[in-house]
Amino acid sequence: MTAVRPGMTEQAGGGPKRVLRLAGITKRFGPLLANDAISLDLHEGEVLALLGENGAGKTTLMNILFGHYMADEGYVEAFGRRLAPASPKAALAAGIGMVHQHFTLADNLSVLDNVVVGTESLWRPWSDRGAGRRRLLELGTRFGLKVDPDAQVASLSVGERQRVEILKALYRDARILILDEPTAVLTPQESAGLFETLRRLTADGLAVVFISHKMHEVFSASDTVAVLRGGRLVATRRTAETDRAELAELMVGRAVKPPTSAPMAAGEPVLALSGVTVRSEDGRALLDRLDLTILRHQVIGIAGVSGNGQAALAELVSGLVAPESGTVTLLNAPVEGADPAGMVRRGVARIPEDRHATGLVGGMAVWENLIAERYRDPAFSRFGVLRRGVARRHAEEVIRAFDVRGAGPDTRTQLLSGGNMQKLILGRTLAHGPHLILASQPTRGLDIGAVSYVHGRLLEARAAGAGVLLISEDLDEILALSDMLAVIHHGRLTPLMPRESVSIQQLGLLMAGQWEGVLDGAPHGARETVS
Amino acid sequence: MLLEPRTHVPALARILAPLGAVAAALALCALLVAWAGAPVLRAYGLLLEGAVGSRFALTETLTRATPLILTGLAAAVAFRAKLWNIGAEGQLYMGALAAVALGGGLLDLPAWLLLPLVLLAGAAAGGVTLLGPAVLKVRFGVDEVVTTLLLNFVILLFVSMLLEGALKDPMGMGWPQSAPVLPEAELPKLLERTRLHAGLAIALVLALALWLIDARTVWGYENRAVGANPRAAAFAGISVTRVMLRTALLSGGLAGLAGAAEVTGLRGYLTLDLSPGFGYAGIVVAMLAQLHPVGAVGAAVFIAGLFVGADAMSRAMPVPNYIADVLVAASLLCMLVAGLLTRYRLRRG
Repeated sequence: MTAVRPGMTEQAGGGPKRVLRLAGITKRFGPLLANDAISLDLHEGEVLALLGENGAGKTTLMNILFGHYMADEGYVEAFGRRLAPASPKAALAAGIGMVHQHFTLADNLSVLDNVVVGTESLWRPWSDRGAGRRRLLELGTRFGLKVDPDAQVASLSVGERQRVEILKALYRDARILILDEPTAVLTPQESAGLFETLRRLTADGLAVVFISHKMHEVFSASDTVAVLRGGRLVATRRTAETDRAELAELMVGRAVKPPTSAPMAAGEPVLALSGVTVRSEDGRALLDRLDLTILRHQVIGIAGVSGNGQAALAELVSGLVAPESGTVTLLNAPVEGADPAGMVRRGVARIPEDRHATGLVGGMAVWENLIAERYRDPAFSRFGVLRRGVARRHAEEVIRAFDVRGAGPDTRTQLLSGGNMQKLILGRTLAHGPHLILASQPTRGLDIGAVSYVHGRLLEARAAGAGVLLISEDLDEILALSDMLAVIHHGRLTPLMPRESVSIQQLGLLMAGQWEGVLDGAPHGARETVS
Repeated sequence: MLLEPRTHVPALARILAPLGAVAAALALCALLVAWAGAPVLRAYGLLLEGAVGSRFALTETLTRATPLILTGLAAAVAFRAKLWNIGAEGQLYMGALAAVALGGGLLDLPAWLLLPLVLLAGAAAGGVTLLGPAVLKVRFGVDEVVTTLLLNFVILLFVSMLLEGALKDPMGMGWPQSAPVLPEAELPKLLERTRLHAGLAIALVLALALWLIDARTVWGYENRAVGANPRAAAFAGISVTRVMLRTALLSGGLAGLAGAAEVTGLRGYLTLDLSPGFGYAGIVVAMLAQLHPVGAVGAAVFIAGLFVGADAMSRAMPVPNYIADVLVAASLLCMLVAGLLTRYRLRRG
């Protein structure tokens, strides 16, 4: 039972008032049953965590709730009244606010403009800025959401932008707040701040639904947790009465073992970056005098908040860009220019950040994607003619060896699930005994089963003698796999640190750019703070 | 109404889609025919007869189809690599220009050498014409739709200038036309007493060759990968720039060859009315064929038949031959809808 907090109204039957009811929501996309007769209640002052793997139907459910989609069956009831289906306007009017994972703010406008936009009649020739500003400041103080109303959104950090999104919803009198994967882009400290905000909101009687697939957040922020699997609501638990193991099993449908990385003596260097600088087209330094050495039998984890140079580092090691200055050495030989095919030939296995956009050609067959990195190899083509039979047999082997489900050599690749696509990429790159593995966000968006499969394969390759460069925004992943790790911030990299020697708090500070005091003997000029 | 992507598109649906689109276009245009005061079925019957009803009609249709196959292939290969070449009309004229310049007496060679040289020169001229916009696209991101489209007008005016000046035939009674190509530079006729020339054979062989290249070779593989997802292709190590430039040469070359074949096989000399929009019609051909090289042959014959048949029909009935243009345009629109419906299914709600 949730403790009844001040500011809440009590129902006649005792306990806090029900504010939201989802009744028998069913939604199909073609043959896919995304939501299967889901019924959920949300009460005043309650934080409900909607937990589930990718593709479990969390986002679909919330999109139906907010009126982006229309349910095939079932209805939504807010404060005792049924909502008109498929109408975000009706949801807003009923007091439901949604904060999307990808923010919907206009970068070139001020915070105040972003918050009030759309709330004023277009027929009024002037707008009442004073009242808007007062209300915004009042909301900010009440809920601890401090943002300068006149700051341009472009100049805000990700955490601040999220606060603006929440303020936007509150400004529209939201009493029910939906947050879609709110911590995906935050540092640990920012996440803690967000959870503090949630507590203040619920103390005021708001109800919050937050979508997540991260277990520890569920425990630090929610009162109730609802677990979705394969479109069905498999369980609802009081957070205080459950534990990680039970939730993980509910999510996946079976017990999951985390991968274990046994310590291993590192070998000779496979990749060495020395003073590498990469600039964007407009001259900004994406990587700033980077030094990094990766040894055989070693996983190097690069942690950092999204957009701090990870993409540039991955492109550099993939062979897509050449450094402006500095040297890249692969197996004791220099790397000249940008040559992705050359990197593959020299034994670099590359797992790109975005499997759909850069990893695979969705419109082509599985066998065609599996030879994409070595179609000019005599094994797969002779005199400019593809050896389609050989390529198809190769595809069958990879499908079997890497346990790709629901695919044959001629299946169109875009029909596969994210996990199976990732297995295809692993099969394409790891099948040839690589010396170096670039794993860029290798498990983003994958379900727990696929995550542990990918981790297992990476550790296997490490045992076989590969060096692994793991770039990830998921701290749990970095901490689970890395032998050594470093943090990237504004294109600069901290020195490598042994995994055991750093705490989550320290990592959080480093990710936020507060290197002073955390790093002893940090390079001169490395001191930066978040504005 | 909602569109939902289909997970599986049966091969039969791909073949039926253009046929359904054509049927829908015929049904829509029946209203216009009726409005013009002619019996619809008889009008379409006469159109069919005029297109394929006799030896003469059939050879005329195939003669008309020859440049359309080539410009259709030009559009298809470019569009498959997402190079939006709208400039086949200009490339066609550049090819024709190269053919008359080289074949009009500049070179004095035996036929077995001169003819291939003239055709190759035509193809090269077309290819180089498209290379410019393609380089601008890959190097600076200049939109090739704009550059290729506008180049058409530049080239037409350029050809007009030459036909009034340097290339004007002194024996041409003052008409703006070039001197005829030498007999050694003429494509042989395929059938006696018809206008059907060997350009058709060349076009058919090229269609077949392009199909095989596309499906079986490393080149085709690279083209398809770049067309479907250039970022993934570049990541895997395929040079997108090289593929784009290669595609530009090929696409422009096919359009240029269409012009050279029209000059050497049919007209004998260059005038400003060499092409009644073959370059633009090639886009329709490619779309009807769903960018398939062999499909382009069928689509080109269909469109050529419409034009030839409409001419015959308009001689016998009060329906103007513009109906062919309307039919072609309606077919294209219906094909776009049919293409959408093969990839998505409609749902209410």
